[in-house]
Amino acid sequence: MDCVATGGNVKVLAKAIHSLSRIGEELYLESVEDGLALRSVNSSRSAFACFLLSPLFFQKYQAPSDQSFRCKMPIKSIQAVFKSLASLDRSVEKCRIQLDSEKNRLTITLHCKHGLLKTHNLSFQDCESLQAVFDKESCANVLQAQPRLMVDTVLHFPPSLEEVNLSVTSDRVWLRNHVEDDADSLRAMMTELCLSSEEFDHFAVGTQTSVTFCLKELRGLLVFADSSGLPVSMYFDEPGSPVILSVTDSVLEANFVLATLSEDSHPKKNHVNSDTKHPDTEQPPDDFMSDDMDSFLIAMETSELPGPSHVPTSPPPPTNNRKHSFIEDEALAEGPPNKKFCSLFFSSVLPTPSQLPNQTMQSQEVLASDSEDENQTETS
Amino acid sequence: MPLSTQSQADADQYILIASLDNARNLSNILKAISLRDHAIFNATQNGLKVTVEDSKCLQANAFIQAEIFQEYIIKEDAVGFQVNLTVLLDCLTIFGGSTVPGVCTALRMCYNGYGYPLTLFLEEGGVVTVCKINTQEPEEPIDFDFCSTNVTNKVILQSESLKEAFSELDMTSEVLQITMSPSHPYFRLSTFGNSGNAHYDYPKDSDMMELFHCTSEASTCKYKMSLLKPSTKALALSCKVSVRTDSRGFLSLQYLVRNDDGQICFVEYYCCPDEEVEEE
Repeated sequence: MDCVATGGNVKVLAKAIHSLSRIGEELYLESVEDGLALRSVNSSRSAFACFLLSPLFFQKYQAPSDQSFRCKMPIKSIQAVFKSLASLDRSVEKCRIQLDSEKNRLTITLHCKHGLLKTHNLSFQDCESLQAVFDKESCANVLQAQPRLMVDTVLHFPPSLEEVNLSVTSDRVWLRNHVEDDADSLRAMMTELCLSSEEFDHFAVGTQTSVTFCLKELRGLLVFADSSGLPVSMYFDEPGSPVILSVTDSVLEANFVLATLSEDSHPKKNHVNSDTKHPDTEQPPDDFMSDDMDSFLIAMETSELPGPSHVPTSPPPPTNNRKHSFIEDEALAEGPPNKKFCSLFFSSVLPTPSQLPNQTMQSQEVLASDSEDENQTETS
Repeated sequence: MPLSTQSQADADQYILIASLDNARNLSNILKAISLRDHAIFNATQNGLKVTVEDSKCLQANAFIQAEIFQEYIIKEDAVGFQVNLTVLLDCLTIFGGSTVPGVCTALRMCYNGYGYPLTLFLEEGGVVTVCKINTQEPEEPIDFDFCSTNVTNKVILQSESLKEAFSELDMTSEVLQITMSPSHPYFRLSTFGNSGNAHYDYPKDSDMMELFHCTSEASTCKYKMSLLKPSTKALALSCKVSVRTDSRGFLSLQYLVRNDDGQICFVEYYCCPDEEVEEE
C-alpha cells in the first residue's frame, strides 16, 4: 500500500485521526473498495466512527496488493506522528503512508519544509474488520446544519455533561441535558435549547421523537466539521436506534454512529441504581460514566451467537475487563438497526424478552467469566 | 535607585558583585540548564559560568560574559560556590513573570566569599527584596575532555527546525540515537519507542543547516533520552545549535542564546554515550 496526501489534506487526515481518538483507543485501518477506511470504536461499543477517504483524497493511491488488508494500532502512536497539528499545514508538504507487510510496519513519512524528513515506522496488529451496522436511508428523521450551529449549541452544555437528549417535532428541535436520577434532577442544572427548523439547512422529521445519546463522542466530529466547514447531517429514528452524524464531501465521508438510550418500558431509567449497581463500580474507565445507560448500544456486526442471550444475575466483578473481549468479526449483512440491547458491563441491563428481537448479543462475553469459548481475546 | 543606596562599607566586603537591569537575562539562561537542584558557580574576570551535572553523564554549562552585566566586580581571580538552583531561580523570579514592557526586575547579586550566603537584591517598581541563599563548597565539575581535535563530526543548525523535532520526540524511547554521515541520511535523530521507531532526517543541503562537517565515516551514537530531553529548554531559547561528536562518541551541544537585550550568551551540554551493557 502506498498513499500520498499533500497540502491541506495532510491536516485533514491529522484532524480525522484526532477526531477518532475522541472515540476509542485504537485505530482500525482498512483498505476497502472505496478507498481507505479509518475507524474507531469505544470500549463499550456504544460509539463508532468511520472516516472513509476516497482514492481522490490522495495525490497518489495504491491499494495494498492483498485486498483484504486491515490492521489496528493504538491511536496514540499514530497521533504522535501528527503531533503539532497547528503547524502541520505550514511545515508539512507531503505525507506518505506505506505498508511494509514483511515487517508488519506501517511507515508514515512526512516531507517537511527545509528538507526535513520525518519517518515513523509503526507496528500494527492484525484484526478483524470493524464495521457497525447502520442505515442512514432508513432513518425517519434527517437534519442538516452548518457545523457552527452545532458547535454553538453544544457550547451551552458543560463539558462534563455525558448525555444529551434531542427531541424533534415537525418544526422544532429541543436539546436538553439528560439527567438520570429523579432525585438528582432536583439539584442538577437543567439546560434546554430550542432551535427552529429554519436554523437547519435541511429539516425532515418523519416521526416526532426523542433520543438520548452521549455528547462527548459527538464533540470529536464537531471539531472536525467545524474546521472543515462541511455541514453536519444527523440521521435518527426512534430511541434505541443509533443516531448517525455524517460529514461528507467529494473525497471524504465521515460517519459517527452513537447509541441511544432505548425507551424504557419501566418508567424509571434508574432501576440500575445503587442497589443493583455493582458494589465496587466506581468510575468505569470508559466513556459511559453512568451505569444507567443500560441499554446503550450500537448494532455491531458480530458472529451469530449460538444460543439466546443469557441474562446475568449478578454483577460479576471482572465485568469491566470484559469490554475488550467483544468479538470483532466479519461484517454480516444486516438490515436496518433493530432495537438491540447490549448488556453493558454494569450488568444492569436486562432487556426484557419482548424487547429482544433477534439478539446477536455479546452479552455472554460481558457477563459470565467462563463463557469465553467464542471469545477471540484480542492480543494486546 | 534603592539598590545603590547600600553603604560603601558593605560593598567593600563583597568579593563578587554582579548587577543586571533585567534579571531575566540571568534567570532565563539558568532555566535552560536547570536539570538538577544544585549548580556550581564559577566566576572569573571574563564572566560567570554556571554548571549543572546529572548522574556524572551529563553536564550543562551556561556562560554569561562580564559585558552582559551592568556592573561586574570581582576581587579575586576565581570565585566559586554552589547553590540550590531551584531556590535561586525562585528568588530571581520572585516578583512573578511580568510581561508588561518596560517593567522588569533589577538584580544585584553579591557574595562575600567562602562560608557566606549569596545575597540577592531584587527590585521592581520600587519594591526591594533581599534574598540570602546558603552556599556550599563547590564540587569540581567533570572535565569531559572534549577538545576540537577529537571532534569527528560537526553540524550547525538553526534551532527552529530542531525545536519541533525535540518537542515531538517519542518519550517512550529510552535512547536518542544521533547519526551523522557524509552520505544519506546526513544528520538523523532516531527514537525506538513502544509504538515503533521514528527518524528525523536533516539533509546537508537544507537551508536550516548552516554547517555540515562530517569526516569520511558515519557515526551513530545513542544517548539516554532522559539525559538529553532537558536540553529542549536550552534549544527553545536559542537561535542556533551546534552538534558535535568526538571519537569516543561523546556529544557536545552548544546553543547560541540571545537575551532580552539582544546580547549573546552560550549554553552547552555534554553527554556521554549510552554504552550497551553486555549482559543480555
